[in-house]
Amino acid sequence: MKTKKDEFALNYGSHGAEQELSAEEKRTLKRLAHKHTRRMDAWGWAFVICNTIFLLIFTIITLYPVINTVAYSFNDGLDAVRGGIYLWPRKFSLESYSKVLNIQGFVVGAKITVLRTLLGTFTSLIANALLAFVISRKRFLFRSSLSLFWVITMYVNGGMIPVMLLFKYLHLTGTFWVYIVPGMISAFNVMVLRTYMEDLPDELEESAQLDGAGYITIFIKIISPLCKPVYATIALFVAVWQWNSWFDAMLYNRMKSEYTTLQYELMKLLNSVMQQSGNANQGDTSSKQVTPVSVRSAATVVTMVPIICVYPFLQRYFVTGLTIGGVKG
Amino acid sequence: MANEADQNFNTEEAAVDTGINAEAEVYGNTAGNYGQGIAEKRNAYSDSAEYIEPQVENYAREAYEHKFSLTDQQIKDLSKKKISKGELKRQSVLLIISAIFVAYGVLFYYLPLAGWIMAFQNFKLKTGLLHSKFVGFDKFKFMFEFDMFSHALETSGSIFTAFKTWVNNVVFVRTIRNTLGMGILNLVTTFVMAIVFAILLNEVKNKLGKKLVQTISYLPHFLSWIIVCGIVHDSLSSTGIVNDLLRWFHIVDDSYNFFAHPLWFWPIVAFSNVWKETGWNAIIYLAAITAIDPSLYEAAEIDGAGRWGKIRYITLPGITPTIMILLVMNIGNIINAGFEVQYLLGNGLVQDVSQTIDIYVLKWGVGQNDYSLGTAAGIFKSVVAILLIVISNNVAKKMGQESLF
Repeated sequence: MKTKKDEFALNYGSHGAEQELSAEEKRTLKRLAHKHTRRMDAWGWAFVICNTIFLLIFTIITLYPVINTVAYSFNDGLDAVRGGIYLWPRKFSLESYSKVLNIQGFVVGAKITVLRTLLGTFTSLIANALLAFVISRKRFLFRSSLSLFWVITMYVNGGMIPVMLLFKYLHLTGTFWVYIVPGMISAFNVMVLRTYMEDLPDELEESAQLDGAGYITIFIKIISPLCKPVYATIALFVAVWQWNSWFDAMLYNRMKSEYTTLQYELMKLLNSVMQQSGNANQGDTSSKQVTPVSVRSAATVVTMVPIICVYPFLQRYFVTGLTIGGVKG
Repeated sequence: MANEADQNFNTEEAAVDTGINAEAEVYGNTAGNYGQGIAEKRNAYSDSAEYIEPQVENYAREAYEHKFSLTDQQIKDLSKKKISKGELKRQSVLLIISAIFVAYGVLFYYLPLAGWIMAFQNFKLKTGLLHSKFVGFDKFKFMFEFDMFSHALETSGSIFTAFKTWVNNVVFVRTIRNTLGMGILNLVTTFVMAIVFAILLNEVKNKLGKKLVQTISYLPHFLSWIIVCGIVHDSLSSTGIVNDLLRWFHIVDDSYNFFAHPLWFWPIVAFSNVWKETGWNAIIYLAAITAIDPSLYEAAEIDGAGRWGKIRYITLPGITPTIMILLVMNIGNIINAGFEVQYLLGNGLVQDVSQTIDIYVLKWGVGQNDYSLGTAAGIFKSVVAILLIVISNNVAKKMGQESLF
């Protein structure tokens, strides 16, 4: 007796030359394939259930702490210390937010962070794109040596102390520019951009040259408009990095309170508590001034809200960027 | 019903077609505009003799270059050949731009390497790099305290015990152990979790659910380490969710202080990394899974493979090259693994297991202003990182997998 499977193999073969099939045959093929996927045994069901449970737990673990932080931030400060707040505030209050906004460093930090994110992203994007453009010109004489020059910087660096001393000698320490200038070019981003630019057809450049366009014109008028998606990716990477960095503020501008950043201020708030955990008896926390949990939560929410609001809409950009950078680069 | 499916089939094909056409149109238009430009110019200058000469030269160059713009090898051959004067003139813009970038790179990336000299000096800010006293390998000797090792070897006679005393007593060696230990633990856990997550998410047939879970999974990547550490700390604190659950299940009576026990520190760091990066790291694997030829799955299905069979024999082998190349890229990062988490979550009670090389550099180089010692530790880190990359790359090559260089 022929089973369906045998019949399928006999009729259509394993080579599957679909182009030669008639519409009738195509329909049969679809129907058969449909039946194959529909039929699910006990193991199949067990798999689906386990998988769903796993992904559900994963999602809860990812999302719960964030929601919990938001709930704490909207709760009354004194009441929150008792704990036991999960998904919703117990005693609603906006006091923590007004307290956060009254911390002097926080307001200054917010301004500096917004400024460094905007300016840093802008300059970095231009610099990275221009460098990638030069490296991706196939006829450029020093193409490969320039490329190697930057690839090396991905693997070798001077380390924390020499870099810090260099900034000191260059008088970058204690200025706003220490956030912008040194990190302007990232070899990884350049390589992502280069890969994208190299995939564009050469004929574009050639026909423009025929018309007498110089390289600058080609970069601005022809390559850049076609690179918009990858520009968005790089801009996103840089913006997130700028928004989230705190270490440079601590290392180079510790003494300059006018150049503090949002994340560094948050770090100071949270660190006062985290160091306390080292004390064996937790009742000891009263000995040092500790920021109440609701104020800490409010500060955290203020810092993370801008990014959380933006990232879901930029998904396709970072997905393409990562795929180019990770697999091809 | 079947008709409808057929229609879908056709519209899908049509959609692909128009997609290609639209793309072609975009390119075509840009090229077309330039073509028009040329035509206009030709009309305007048709009488003048000046026009013809550069145009002919252009065409000749175009033909010459087009011949060679086919493969990479041919481009390489071309770049070895003499490039015409006109081309050189045109490339001067590129030369100027690259000169600026090289100057920038030398200043910010290569000049600090000269600072490595500090590691062999007793560097003082006042005397500077040129006039500080050279002390040879003294700083490295101070870090590693090899005397301790040889002394322990003499007294105990066993290399193993001597090594153990050495690691336990010399701060820098302990720091190396912590860095490598946490680095490997983080690498393994984040890798395994990302792959498992990508494969399982790929099995979800509900498109909306899949999209939702994936969007949520990216979220922690966009939060700074400070926020992540704050969240981890709050979750594990006496009023946090973990202790609440433990009390609820009667596993503990009083809340457990996770941050007071050295045993828990490495797992906490690994968990923080997994929490933050799983969804993000899974992106590449999901892209790799999508690139697998669907006919393979169909064939396996016909051969009677179930879900596990398909995952085991098609999905996993399909993403192995991606896994390997990412592994090679990340093995060099083992030594970089972790500075922020350890710095933020560490405290006095767990400092024996929490301090990494970077924290050592910060403590001595910045805190104590011993720039030479900080640089020496940094050099050690760089050298180990490069060694790790070269070794892992060679191993990948030997195994016949893709490699970086």
